Amino acid sequence: MLTIGQHSFTSRLLLGTGKFSDLQVQTQAVEASGTEVLTFAVRRLNLEQPDEPNFLEQLDLSKYTLLPNTAGARTAEEAVRIARLARASGLCDMIKVEVIGDDQLILPDPLETVKACEILLAEGFTVLPYISDDYMLAKRLQQIGVHAVMPGASPIGSGRGILNPAMLEWIIGDARVPVIVDAGIRSPKDAAYAMELGADAVLLNSAVSGADDPVKMALAMKLAVEAGRLGKEAGMIPLRNYAVASSPAEGMITT
Amino acid sequence: MELMINGTNRVVAPDIQTIEQLLESLQLTGKRVIVEWNEQILQKEEHGTTVIGDGDTLEIVHFVGGG
Repeated sequence: MLTIGQHSFTSRLLLGTGKFSDLQVQTQAVEASGTEVLTFAVRRLNLEQPDEPNFLEQLDLSKYTLLPNTAGARTAEEAVRIARLARASGLCDMIKVEVIGDDQLILPDPLETVKACEILLAEGFTVLPYISDDYMLAKRLQQIGVHAVMPGASPIGSGRGILNPAMLEWIIGDARVPVIVDAGIRSPKDAAYAMELGADAVLLNSAVSGADDPVKMALAMKLAVEAGRLGKEAGMIPLRNYAVASSPAEGMITT
Repeated sequence: MELMINGTNRVVAPDIQTIEQLLESLQLTGKRVIVEWNEQILQKEEHGTTVIGDGDTLEIVHFVGGG
C-alpha cells in the first residue's frame, strides 16, 4: 500500500493528464495504467466555449483521487493561491506544489517551494512538493511535515530518464514519507529503475500522453512499476566483478 | 453591469445578482468550476449567497489536463 497522508493506494503509478490528443484515448490510457491518482492543472475557463469537452467532467471520481498541481506559479504566494482554488472545488485536499523558477529547464525553485509548503501545511493540505533531486531539500521538507517528496528524475518532458540514481537512493534511504519519482521518465525501464532504487511510486505524464500508442504505453508503465517494485522487494543478487557459474561444477562429463 | 472576468471586461444583464446566477448566464451550471470573487476564493455553498456588483473582479477556473 502506498500511503500519503490520510490517503492509501494500491497502485504505485500516478498519472498526469496533460497533452493527450484525444479524450477517448486518454480515458483508455488512464484505465490501462491502473492508476488511482490523477494530476490536473488549474486554469481559467474559456468563457467563449463553456461546452468545451473536459476530461475531469467525464471522470468517475469514485475511482480516482485528484492531485491538482500549482503549475504556472513562480512564487510561493501564487502557488498558495492556486492550491486554495483547487481545494475550493471540494474535490480534493492533496496538492502537488510546483513552483517553477526557470523556463528552459522547468526546474522548481527550492526556496519558494519550501515557503509554499509551510503555508499549505498550516492550512491542512496534504502536501506533495515537486523538487529537484536534492537530498538536503528533501530532508528539510520532511522536517516541516510534507506528506511525500517528489524528486524529478530529469527535467519535465525531457525524457532523459534517471540522471542521478545515487541521489535518488540517498533521498529514498533516509525518507520517512513516500518518495515519488516525478518527471523525466521516458521508457518503462526508467519507471522500473526508479522502483528498483526503492521509490514508493512514480509520477509520469508525457511518457504516456506523447507515446505513439498511449494506451499501450500506459499498460507498459503499469507493468514496469509493478516489476520494479517486485524486484526490489524480492532482493537482488549482489553485484560482482567476475562470473559465478549457475550450473554445478560437479558431475561434468567433460574434463 | 460591468465585470472583469478572467482578465476581460464583460457586460452582464443587470438582473444578475449572485455568483450562481452569473454562472447560469455563462452556461456553467453543473460544471466543476471554482470562483474567486474580488480576490476571495468562494466555496460552492457561497455561490448562491454572494452578491456581485458593478466593477467586481472574478476568476472562474477549472481543472484541465496537467502533469
